[in-house]
Order: sequence, then structure tokens, then C-alpha cells
Amino acid sequence: MEKNASLIKKAINTIKSKGDVAVIPYICCWDPDLETTEAILWELAEVEPACIELGFPFSDPVADGPTIQKAIVRALEHQPTFEAYFEFISRLNQKGFPYPIVCMTYYNIIYRFGLEKTVEHALQSGLAGFIIPDLPIEEAQPWIKANQNSGLATIFLATPTSSEDRIQKIVKHTKGFLYYVSITGITGARDSLPEDLADRLKITKNLCGNNLPLAVGFGISKKEQIKLLYPYADAFIIGSAIVKIIEEKGKNSPKEIKTFLKNLKNL
Amino acid sequence: MKIPNRKGYFGKFGGRFVPETLIPLLYDLEKAYLKVKKDPSFWKEWQYLLKEYAGRPTPLYFAQNLSSYLGKKIKIYLKREDLLHTGAHKINNTIGQVLLAKRMGKNRIIAETGAGQHGVATATACALLGLNCVVYMGAKDTERQKLNVFRMKLLGAEVVPVYSGTQTLKDAINEALRDWVTNVTSTLYVIGSVVGPHPYPMMVRDFQSIIGLEIKKQILKKEGRLPDLVLACVGGGSNAMGTFYPFRQDLQVRLVGVEAAGEGLHTDHHSATLAVGEPGVLHGMLTYLLQDRVGQIKGAHSIAPGLDYPGVGPEHAYFKDTGRAEYVSVTDEEALEAFQLLSEKEGIIPALESAHAVAYLLKIAKDLPKDTIVVITLSGRGDKDVASVREYLEGN
Ligand SMILES: Cc1ncc(COP(=O)(O)O)c(C=O)c1O
Repeated sequence: MEKNASLIKKAINTIKSKGDVAVIPYICCWDPDLETTEAILWELAEVEPACIELGFPFSDPVADGPTIQKAIVRALEHQPTFEAYFEFISRLNQKGFPYPIVCMTYYNIIYRFGLEKTVEHALQSGLAGFIIPDLPIEEAQPWIKANQNSGLATIFLATPTSSEDRIQKIVKHTKGFLYYVSITGITGARDSLPEDLADRLKITKNLCGNNLPLAVGFGISKKEQIKLLYPYADAFIIGSAIVKIIEEKGKNSPKEIKTFLKNLKNL
Repeated sequence: MKIPNRKGYFGKFGGRFVPETLIPLLYDLEKAYLKVKKDPSFWKEWQYLLKEYAGRPTPLYFAQNLSSYLGKKIKIYLKREDLLHTGAHKINNTIGQVLLAKRMGKNRIIAETGAGQHGVATATACALLGLNCVVYMGAKDTERQKLNVFRMKLLGAEVVPVYSGTQTLKDAINEALRDWVTNVTSTLYVIGSVVGPHPYPMMVRDFQSIIGLEIKKQILKKEGRLPDLVLACVGGGSNAMGTFYPFRQDLQVRLVGVEAAGEGLHTDHHSATLAVGEPGVLHGMLTYLLQDRVGQIKGAHSIAPGLDYPGVGPEHAYFKDTGRAEYVSVTDEEALEAFQLLSEKEGIIPALESAHAVAYLLKIAKDLPKDTIVVITLSGRGDKDVASVREYLEGN
């Protein structure tokens, strides 16, 4: 029954076995409008991503830096509903969208919609899982329960402040991949990453074992960063760098995003 | 039953809904707080500063003129938090939290502020205790409250305007949380009300409980019995929780929290979270929130800048659901009337926030039985509001 979670793992392994870079692009749904979001997704499909993080906007995104905050503001202008988000995913999957999509949103959206109902809609639409940055494992019991045997990926985050003990616990609850946050901070492209990041990834990879892929995110926007970390992480989450292109190019961003990622993957 | 429980829940409300980066810090903070909670030297230092520096205990003043005006059959006492240094109850909490930060070896304090009251109280405690202070404030609020921005700067704090979201208090809290996620080791976030992730609602409540503890002692001395009715305004809920908490087991005492109905509950311009909000998760806590159908947080409104918040402390949510306290609301208009009445009758210009509590008494006074003893917590003084009240009255 772990179909969605294992789908992501399989995708990562396939890409890695070819010696390619597994990337997980993030964009915010409805930024700047739904048509462009769909156009971007089809372009993303051409760079063979491991999966795609499609954000559902929340008014108070505490884990996000200025770039993604602005994307969320642009998206909220369309007053999107969670129903419409799932309908959009359904349509994509009916058209044969070839890669798993996970939803990144804040807990209040899910709480408000209803936990069981969210899982139900996710399964019907073909969504692969969820990343909920303000839901730490301490508070996740109801969500984990609603997901029992759903097969959806529930992707928890580990950070530089998480002790090894904690990471072990987090790993136990995580399905799909573990999201390692590179820095103590919020989302946003950065010129430099912490020096001890490779070491911390090594330790975390060990704790993940063979079954759970390790993805690293926050601040990653450059080929050199990926080159440096390639041996230690299974996948690379690229958010703000892509969202920045949407901010600048709007409706004309889809092709540019593809070019940007192609170049990034080509070590 | 211990409230909150080990996980920071008051019944079904509360918790710790924050990014993973902050979770280990919240554990550290909880541990540090539970340690000083049992340490008499900490409370001695806190009490010393509150007494010698901030002006505690505050008087419980019998408002004879107001009582007479309302027909003499009830006795009204005002708990004078407005007389404290910096002009509001906020200092009880900031001295406590900044002392704790020092003991934890932190050298940098961050805080959010709406109107500027908590920002000023935090900057004051930091000046006194020698810590660096950065205050996040919505850009709209920095415009509306220029004098408080200047005050904080005089006190040596850095004020950072926040341009995201609605550019008000809720966004200032978001930005403070983002700062904390980034500067985890050096910094402690000093929250200004009984809100946020565990252990904040518990900790701020404990620091503010000095209000209710003093009331109890003072009223027993003056009247030989507990009050029948206790009123306090509710923004995030810290002056109200500090007032209510010591009375929670005295079931004969009716506890009433007064929220801001702004331009009316039928409009979108109010801050009556407990009256019309619905449960949800914001700023690390599960509590009542003003939100739309999808779960997007709505802007709040009140003529009183300190009540302008779309959430409320989880313990109030719990008191509402268990019925231990009642929550009501009064409009901008009603608060303004009370603001003027208290000024004229007693020579006390209350903060617009506190005027809400007075306004509710004016609404129900005629229905109260004879010899009712009422205590109203006057959370702050109105100096900060004089300019905006003038504009409002002359504009109408
Ligand atoms: C004078 C005064 N009263 C009340 C409040 C509302 O806060 P709380 O509900 O936490 O007491 C504020 C907040 O700034 C205030 O300045």
C-alpha cells in the first residue's frame, strides 16, 4: 500500500543510477495563475524531476523567506480553495502527468479542510503526499492516524538543530523522503551553505538507512552547491531560485525554468 | 489535572505547531523555565524589580464616582496596572522573560509588537538588564504608532518594520519567528501575550498572574470577601489570564473577558476571536482564530491597537469551552464612550484596550444585583491613545 511513497523512492533511484542529479522543484500553485502553473509543471516534467513540490498558499507562512512569501501573495489573489487544488491535481493526472506531486502547505489549511477529508481527496486526485513545515512529529499523531495505510508520503523535516535521537524518531514517521533543511533559517536562495553541511548529511543519511532517500533543501540554487553535496544527498530541493524566475518572468517563466534546471542538473 | 499538560495542551488547545528547527529550542526554554520556577532566587529578583523598578503592587482602587454614577448599588474596583512603569501590564512579563533569557545565557532578545506597548516594555527590560533588543513591528503599525517607535529607539532597541502580509501584529509575529528560526543559539523570543507555542502561554500566564494574586489579597482586605464579577479585556489574553487564573477555582467568582467587536460582529472589522472565530493553527498554537473557509487568516480590527489580533491564547479557548469564563465583546463606539466616561468621572484616562472592559460593565451595570462587587483590570493608561481618540472624535 506504500505506493506513492515508494514511487518517489523509485524515481530517485532511477535518476541516481544513471548518474544524474535528482531534483525536486518547488513552485506555488496559482503563482502567478493556474494556467502558468500548469505550463510550468509540463516543462518541469521534461527535466525528469524526482518529484514536484506544489505549494498550496497559506496567509502566514512562517517557514518561508521573502521570495516565496511574495509568490504566496500572488497566488492568494486568486482566492484558491483546497478543493480546486485537488481538482487541478486530478486533471493533471488524467492527462497523464508522469511524476509524483507532493503538496507543501501549512497545517491550518489541512486542519480546516479536515484531516480525513484531506487524505481522501489526496488519494482520489492522485497526489503523492504532503510536506507540512509547521507540523513537527510531536503534533503529528492525528495526521499520522488519518494516513494509516493511505500510502501517501508524509515527509517530515530534519534540521541542524535536530539531535540524532530526534532524527531517528523523525525518520520512523517519514515516508517518501526525508527533507533535510540545510540551514537554521527560512527558505531563500543563498550564496553559501554551512561548512559542516556535508558532515551533517552524512550522519543523517546513515540514520535514514537504505530505505528512505535523503533530500536536502533551503538555500540551494547553484550547480557548485550540488556538486559539493552530490555524494551525500539523494535529491536536491530547489524552491526560491525557481520562484524568483516566476517573479521576474511571470507567464513567460516556464521555458526559462526548464533551461535553468537542465543546466543545474548537468554537473 | 495539570493545565497545561506535558505537551502544552489546555484541553484540546495549545501545543507546539512550529518548524522543526524551533522544537529543540522550545524544549530548552521549557526546561529552563521549569528550573527557575522552583528557584526562589529567580522570583526574588523578579519581585524586587517589579516592586522597586516597575511599581508593584498596583493599587486596587475603589472607583467611588463611577460606582455612584451607576446607581450606588454596586461597588467597582479598578486594578491599576496603568500605573506601572511603561504604562501597562506588559512589563510584568517582559522583566520575567528577559531575566530568564539572561539565566539561559542569551544575549539577544527579539519581540513582536502591535501598538508598541509590548515592544516598549521589552526594550525597557533589555535596557535595564543589558541585553540587545530587536523589535518587529508591522509597517502599518510603525506608521500609526510613530511615538512608540521613537520610544523603543530611545531605549536602545532596533525596530524592524515588517512589510509582509497585512503589515500588522500577526505578520510581526511571523517575522519574529523567522528571525528566531535563523538565530537560534544567541536569541530568545520574548512573546507579549499568552499566545504562541508551549511553553509561552503557560509562562506568560504565570508572570501575569501577579495581577490576580494581588487582587485577591487586596479585595479580601478591603471587603472581606472575593468579588462577584471580574472583568478584563482580551487581545491575546495576557492581562485577562493574569487576572482570571488565580480565581479559576473560586467558582463563585464570575470571570468575563471582553473582546473587541470593532465596527460590529456582523462586519469583517473586529477582533472577537472567541465570539465568532473557529479552531485552527497559527503562531504555534491550536486555538480560536479569525479565518476564512479555506483557512486563510483574516485581518483583525479594533480601535484599540492592542486588541487587534486574529488569534487568542489557548487557555482562554479552554476556559470558553469549559465555561469557566465568559467572553463578550463591545464595539469601538462603546469603548470610546467608556474611555471618556472614566476620564471624566474618575480622572483616569484608560488605554483604549482597557476601556473595553469598562464599557462592558456600563452595558450590564443596571442588571447587576445590589451589593455586587466588581473588579476591572485596567491593563494600561491612555496616553498612547489620546491622539487617535482626538482624531476619531473630531472626525465624527
Ligand atoms: C494596555 C493594553 N491592554 C491590553 C492589551 C492586550 O493584550 P493582552 O490581551 O495580552 O492583555 C494590550 C496589548 O498591547 C495593551 O497594551
